[in-house]
Parts: sequence; C-alpha cells; structure tokens
Amino acid sequence: MQIVKNAAAGTMESSDAYVEIEPAQELTVQLESVVKVQFGDAILSVVQDVLKENGVEKANVRVVDRGALECVIRARVETAINRGKGDA
Amino acid sequence: MRRSMLFLPGNNPNMLINGNCLGSDAVIFDLEDAVSPAEKDAARILVRNTMRYMDFGGCEIIVRINSIDTPYWKQDIDAILPEKPALILLPKTGSAQDALEADAYITQVEEKLGFARNTVGLMPLIETAMGVENAYAIASSTKRVQALFLGAEDLTADLQCKRTKEGKEIEYARTRLVVAARAAGVDVYDTPFTDVNDDEGIVKDAEYAKALGFTGKSSISPRHVEVINAVFSPTQKDVDYAYEVMEAIALAKQQGKGAIALHGKMIDAPIVTRAQRTIDMAEALGMRRGN
Repeated sequence: MQIVKNAAAGTMESSDAYVEIEPAQELTVQLESVVKVQFGDAILSVVQDVLKENGVEKANVRVVDRGALECVIRARVETAINRGKGDA
Repeated sequence: MRRSMLFLPGNNPNMLINGNCLGSDAVIFDLEDAVSPAEKDAARILVRNTMRYMDFGGCEIIVRINSIDTPYWKQDIDAILPEKPALILLPKTGSAQDALEADAYITQVEEKLGFARNTVGLMPLIETAMGVENAYAIASSTKRVQALFLGAEDLTADLQCKRTKEGKEIEYARTRLVVAARAAGVDVYDTPFTDVNDDEGIVKDAEYAKALGFTGKSSISPRHVEVINAVFSPTQKDVDYAYEVMEAIALAKQQGKGAIALHGKMIDAPIVTRAQRTIDMAEALGMRRGN
C-alpha cells in the first residue's frame, strides 16, 4: 500500500498516541515516549506490525506515545495509514 | 443484569480502557454524539481495538453507532460486529422501518461472519417525537430488539421544550416507553441525569425511573453509577419477601391449593413472577436471604 499524502491520527493526551505519516522512499519509524527506555522496542515492534499488516513499505512515521496501551497504538497507526493512503 | 449503563466517548482512550473499572453493569462506547465527524474513522478503529484486545469481564459492551440517516452507520457495523457487542444502540430510531433497516444490515454482516442470527442485539434509542409515537411498533419490529432506550436531550429539542431536572416534559415519553417495551416483552432504559454535581437529583431521578418500571438507567458520569446500581438493586427486605413468596407458593402446591395468602395478602401469578425476578437478581448480585 502506498502512502500518498501526509496524515496524522491520535492526540497528545494521556493514554493516547499521536502518529504522523508521510510519503517517503523508504520506511523509517521515529518514536518519542516517556517509557522509551523500558518499552521502546515493544512499541516499535507494534508499529512495525501494523505497517506490515497494512502493506506499508515506504513511509516516514513518527509516533509520540503518551502512555498508550498496545490496542491504542495499533488503532492510531492504522488510522494514520488509512488517512495517508487517501481513503479517509 | 443491566442496572446501569455508562456512556464513554469513543475516541478517548483514557476513558475507554478504564471503562470496566467504573462499576457499571454495561458501558456504551459512543461513536455518535461524542465523536466529531472528522474523527469518526479514528473512533471506530479505537473502539474495535479496545473490544478486541481488552477483557471487560462481566461488564457488558454496548456500542452506540451513528444513525441510519448518516454515511457512517454501515461502516460502524462493519467494524464493530466482529467483536460481538452485546447490543447496538441505534440513535434516532423513529419507526419500525428504521429498526428493520438496521436489522437487515446487521443480519447481512452476521451471515458474512458466520454468526447465528441475532447474536448481536438491537436497542433502539427513542429520542424524537415520532419515535415515542411509534415506540411499540419499534419494540416489536424484530426479534433482534432487546430493549428500548429513552434519550431525553434530543427528544426535548424535538418537542421544542426545555429539559428540566424535574422532568415533567418527558413524563409522557417515559411512561409511553415503559408500556410499549413491556407490551412487546423487552427491557427499557432511562435517559441519563445530566447534572453530574447534583447528588440528590440523581437519587430522585433514578428512584422515579425505577418506580415507573424502567429496567435500569444510563449515565454520562461515573459518579452516578453507584447510585443507579443501588436504586435498581433489590433491598434485603425485597429479597427476604421474595423467598417467602416462593416458599408459600411451594406449600400451596404441596397442599393442592390454587391460591395462598402471605401476611394477609393473596399470592397470585404476577407476585410470584416478580419474586422470582427479585431472587434471580439477588443471586446475580451475590445477595443471600437474611433472617
């Protein structure tokens, strides 16, 4: 799946995550999180999973985590992808 | 058992993920009024994921989808139905035709998912003058309908009157809905009490709803849940009396009597039915017979 436009989803509120996605020539994921030291790898793995499930191979993704649970991170990444592919 | 139902905004992770800790018998994940049009897509996915990944234990999950006059409702059902909510709350149900239209689409999606028909129930939200007038036709339109739900805020706007704490303006709608629902053999739930800081008001409002025959009451604030649960639970006196009724009726049967008196009052079929309902609820709440 191709990301064709810049898109974002989520909020900066507690227990949420804010996700930005933009078209790119390769896949990069950047994470900001207050729990990055302890859970950074796990969060990145979840983000990569959702990108893979949705067939996203090229995009710049930025995730600002505000202590979100996995199901919330998954939801926000999926929404950003849907918006970036031009369906939303 | 649904004494209390707590509305939670569908795009607010902080509230959704804590929904099972707030004491209500059911939570209503709201995809309608609590979510702006620009965030409908996000809320739909967030609610779906919350249902898919989180364990709500004994707390039942209801989802308020968008009304059938919007472009969102079918997408809501597509996203939510695989997670098997107990009920879909259908806003602005004005006629049996509205309920049947939702039923037809839910049936289609259930078939696609391999679910038995009526796996997911329907609870029409009655919040227009037309809906109140058609309450019985809506309640009896399809077997999928498990309950009616009164929404007083939109209703009073439609009636062109002011919403008050006393609720005189919704008196007719309340009684009409209770009668319609009971005639159709389904449950009926009362509108939220919207002043979250009025601790006495919520008690009065819940007691009044119970007295009219409502099964339970919804809330927009976790603060109201405890009061609603207490009002809609049987008292120890109710439970003790219910057991006495069942004993008396068992004795009558043993003695070959058609009727029997308890404390000077004849025990007949409606009293037995009510007693059994009280015992069922008491057992569900872990209440035992006192002395």
